[in-house]
Amino acid sequence: MVDAVKMEKVIFEHSVSGRRATVQAPAVAADFSDLPSALLREDKPLLPETSELQVVRHYTRLSQKNFSIDTQFYPLGSCTMKYNPRACNTLAMLPNFLARHPLAPASHSQGFLACMHDLQEILQEVTGMKGVSLTPMAGAQGEFAGVAMIMAYHRQRGDMERNEIIVPDAAHGTNPATAVMCGCVVKEIPTGPDGDVDVEALKAVVGPNTAGIMLTNPSTVGVFERKIEEISKIVHEAGGLLYYDGANLNAILGKVRPGDMGFDVIHMNLHKTFSTPHGGGGPGSGAVGVSERLVPFMPMPHVLKEGDRYRYVTEADVPDSIGRLSGWAGNAGVNLRAYIYARLLGRDGMHRVAEFAALNANYLQARLSAAGFDLAYPDRRASHEFIVTLKRQAKDIGLTATDIAKRLLDKCFHAPTIYFPLLLTSCLLIETTENEAKEDLDAFVEAMIEILREAEADIEMIKGAPYTQPVRRLDDVKAARELDVVWPN
Amino acid sequence: MPFIPHTETEIRSMLDTIGVNELEAIFDEIPDDLRCGQLEGVPEGLTEYEVTRLLHQRAAEDQALSCFAGAGAYDHHIPAAVWEITTRGEFYSAYTPYQAEASQGTLQLIYEYQSMMASLTGMDISNASLYDGASALAEAVLMAVRANRKSKSRKLLVAGTVNPTYRKVTNVIVHNQNISLDEVPFDNASGTTVTAALEAHAGEDYAALVIQQPNFFGSLEAVDEMTDWAHANGMLVVAVANPMTLAALKAPGQWGEKGADIACGEGQPLGVPMSSGGPYYGFMCCKQPLARQMPGRIVGRTVDLDGNPGFALTLQAREQHIRRSKATSNICTNQGLCVTASTIYMSLLGPEGLARVASASHKNMNALLAAIKDIDGVSVAHAGPSFHEALITLSKPAAVVIEQMANLGFLAGVSVSEDYPQYENALLVCTTETKNDADIAAYATALNTVLNGEAA
Repeated sequence: MVDAVKMEKVIFEHSVSGRRATVQAPAVAADFSDLPSALLREDKPLLPETSELQVVRHYTRLSQKNFSIDTQFYPLGSCTMKYNPRACNTLAMLPNFLARHPLAPASHSQGFLACMHDLQEILQEVTGMKGVSLTPMAGAQGEFAGVAMIMAYHRQRGDMERNEIIVPDAAHGTNPATAVMCGCVVKEIPTGPDGDVDVEALKAVVGPNTAGIMLTNPSTVGVFERKIEEISKIVHEAGGLLYYDGANLNAILGKVRPGDMGFDVIHMNLHKTFSTPHGGGGPGSGAVGVSERLVPFMPMPHVLKEGDRYRYVTEADVPDSIGRLSGWAGNAGVNLRAYIYARLLGRDGMHRVAEFAALNANYLQARLSAAGFDLAYPDRRASHEFIVTLKRQAKDIGLTATDIAKRLLDKCFHAPTIYFPLLLTSCLLIETTENEAKEDLDAFVEAMIEILREAEADIEMIKGAPYTQPVRRLDDVKAARELDVVWPN
Repeated sequence: MPFIPHTETEIRSMLDTIGVNELEAIFDEIPDDLRCGQLEGVPEGLTEYEVTRLLHQRAAEDQALSCFAGAGAYDHHIPAAVWEITTRGEFYSAYTPYQAEASQGTLQLIYEYQSMMASLTGMDISNASLYDGASALAEAVLMAVRANRKSKSRKLLVAGTVNPTYRKVTNVIVHNQNISLDEVPFDNASGTTVTAALEAHAGEDYAALVIQQPNFFGSLEAVDEMTDWAHANGMLVVAVANPMTLAALKAPGQWGEKGADIACGEGQPLGVPMSSGGPYYGFMCCKQPLARQMPGRIVGRTVDLDGNPGFALTLQAREQHIRRSKATSNICTNQGLCVTASTIYMSLLGPEGLARVASASHKNMNALLAAIKDIDGVSVAHAGPSFHEALITLSKPAAVVIEQMANLGFLAGVSVSEDYPQYENALLVCTTETKNDADIAAYATALNTVLNGEAA
């Protein structure tokens, strides 16, 4: 890495009092003399005083300190780091789309509303659900909407006792956190040795207090839940509903539909399966799809089509809605990108997503296994991802998941997800996506083999990795104990 | 095949390595009866130029209106450099910065963002952002209930002048946890909260008082008195602020004797396009003692093995991926890309530039009110200064006026009588620095035409 990039200072260190980018602000000096002085600010806020070139150069250099899909293979399990087609960004940023105020009247918004309506229909079809609302702003908010709908459904039926949400121990942390936000009690059930849910344990916890179950399928351990129909039957017979966490939808897109598996509500991470950008941690979009019985409860607003005209629903149209989750209608610009992606893929493209995501994952799984890495579930097919366990290497030579992750950075690969799911110790969760070419997967295998060899020869060298990044391993303990979270003013 | 690089030869060779004959065999663990059909409801795929044509047609249907609406989404100028840099692939297509060494760009940027927001709001700490302004208030409410250990009521007082949509969203998010909001009435003539309305709740158990400044009507609240009153009554203070106005207005951290405890709001005015309402981002800042109750990601500055400075996510023990059902929130992401844009925006504007944007937005509102106040059928609802929004009442229903003004090329404002029935035919109008005298004169002429059927 170029030293100028590596050594780039904090923006405030470029700041000189009185300097500014004059073309970016009105020519007239600020004057608030007509406002009550007691309500005015006296101090100057800590914003940089820099030229436009300094700002452009600083943030360009910061960008160069990042790994990204556009620059590296990013096999981050559970995160579905697919290529974000450039057309999706370019077209979503057409001036009229950017300039549309969220409360512009429907009469002057038919083009935008048509896109949102079409996207609702496409998502409904690929998931096998009966209604879709695009308003949740992230996966976790989609989860919230889903559990809130389940609770609203039970309450409307006068079923006041159901407050338990069943969550497998392999689930994402957002599942139990969401259940608590919805006022529910979490009942955790174990995963069996083959990666499937322990059905006997499920039977033991369902009952008159069961509100529902939250499931990811394929699960977070990277395998398809084979007993899904039995699980669906057990939960439904107990009076509960099934929630599908769409985190791994990419593994089944065009192959299996959650609606056909018996799920009552699902959320989709459009920033995963529909290739909208992760953006360094958001914005995402967590659209929800529902079965017939939950349609009246969908979060508002969604788009209605009346004749050939489109409009958002109002409170009067959907009196039983769980309500609004955002100031307007969710992350519209993200949804627009997902829509463009869906149109580029089309019907045939949708079918191929899961096929090639699974082909890549199973190929990489086979090659890593042959290279001497242990699989967590060697007898199972990989879905779109799989788990390598390092139990043996940790015991024999002290090589941990963190070590491999950090050393991979030196070899120009982003690390897989590590230490997740929590039920497995020292593991790598590896997801390839359908976009990666065979030679990139092969190069990754070579890097993994090399790291294993390096570790056997000199484990201390590996413990010091990475060596090629802007910084070496960071002191997390110091970061938490001696909190430095703002530049001193 | 869109975005799939495999050749037939490669597919064959990969299947051989896996040890199966055909692609379908990889899915042999999925029960046959679950396989889906043809997906007839999905249209055929398009090429990039076909999609380009379609999207251009759709965008052209939505004629851009001269925007005089605000209510939480604002039409500010965004420097060209902001999104040019934000959409660089290294920012656009990176993940949450869990691998700190390979994410120093995003991490340092968030640290800079936190520093700017904490200073603008007068607080000690900022998080890396939440979803949007409305949901940020919901998170602030949950945080206040956790943080105010002396309060047992799970109730908050909320000024009636706080954005009504924010209050609705907050209620949706918190009511399942038996948390509720009691509304403090305001004075219809001034559009602001009066002390007497607060006094009615003196001595009652509330976790916090929520104050918006400038308030939903664009009017200025007596934030010092309100903050001191809340603290004297054992409540925390949650400030809802527009960060653009904080270049001019007293920072929430300096309200009253002790300052507000939590500041939150909508980050969109700082370099994020209106874009039909999202993606935006919510900001949240707080005083030091509340740091560990804060939801969302926080970036800290630390050192690496060689003692060089570097940045990493910190205080993660609060978060869902560690604490699961005991986390401060289920939030998993921030709105990283929007924060990237805002950080570049704030750097390009600087303290002087942001103050000029605020001043021009405010002066344009004075000019707009002067231009329309004498039109037959227009009344300015509130006495007292407006920042860059104001409520007017009309002689015709606001929805009708908005529709007719749109046909003349203007987004006239936002109809608010549904939330505030005490004002008949009420329209909330807004100006930013992007408007000039000619725009304002044209708006006045159009409004007069719509209301009175004649040119001014």
